[in-house]
Amino acid sequence: MVQIPSSYGLILAATLFGLGLIGLLTRRNLIFSLMSIEIMLNAAGLAFIVAGARWAQADGQVMFIFILAMAAAEVSVGLALLMRIHREQQSLDGDAVSKLRG
Amino acid sequence: MAIFYIAAAVALIATVLAITRLSAVHSLLYLVVSLLALAIIFYAFGAPFVAALEVIIYAGAIVVFFIFVVMLLNQGAETMHIERLWLRPGVWAGPAILAAVLAGELAYVAVSSSTARSEAAMVGPREVGLALYGPYLIGVELASFLLMAGLVGAYHLGRRGTEKL
Repeated sequence: MVQIPSSYGLILAATLFGLGLIGLLTRRNLIFSLMSIEIMLNAAGLAFIVAGARWAQADGQVMFIFILAMAAAEVSVGLALLMRIHREQQSLDGDAVSKLRG
Repeated sequence: MAIFYIAAAVALIATVLAITRLSAVHSLLYLVVSLLALAIIFYAFGAPFVAALEVIIYAGAIVVFFIFVVMLLNQGAETMHIERLWLRPGVWAGPAILAAVLAGELAYVAVSSSTARSEAAMVGPREVGLALYGPYLIGVELASFLLMAGLVGAYHLGRRGTEKL
């Protein structure tokens, strides 16, 4: 197997993270916000895998497994909250969830 | 090497399409494609165990969970019309440019500090297991705490019996 330069993998991770950030900032629908957070978590995981492969150690993969567990817990609670919000206001508008204002 | 380039291109294109679709289901399908491409990239970097985990857990459980919720919420044609209204160029141009600047900075920092190639060894499940249940044992226990907390939280938030949270 040919070695891939670590910088290529890190550039890809940075680009994917930026794309997830763009999705999180520009979309108003809550489902797209949660999805963009998942894209960002995957990009960070890719950076960890690249770093672990650089030194041929298992630590990068261990960190990715922890990120995976954290993403699963966050998605479950986030989607449960999303369904409650949808039940209350019948729309998934992130800007309409402002009852705490004032 | 060509495997990495092709998979990286697919991942980037699929992610761009995922964040720009009007329908949530289309977005999620492109997200699945992006995650599968990332799994191939993990394998190309000599991490077959997390490549399998990415497909099984991320693409196979988390995104499927998303799709279930989207199907439950039953977004119809009026939702796509609202999405089109919300996605005017005046909305996405500013944050997109700023985030692209940040991504460029991040990539520059990543490139300028690492000029090394990855080692040719493949780090398989055995090494990952020895690391997880050796030095990182407390992380495994904490992850189980976190998943239990997520379970209890999701159960309480999803209850339909009472109206109080």
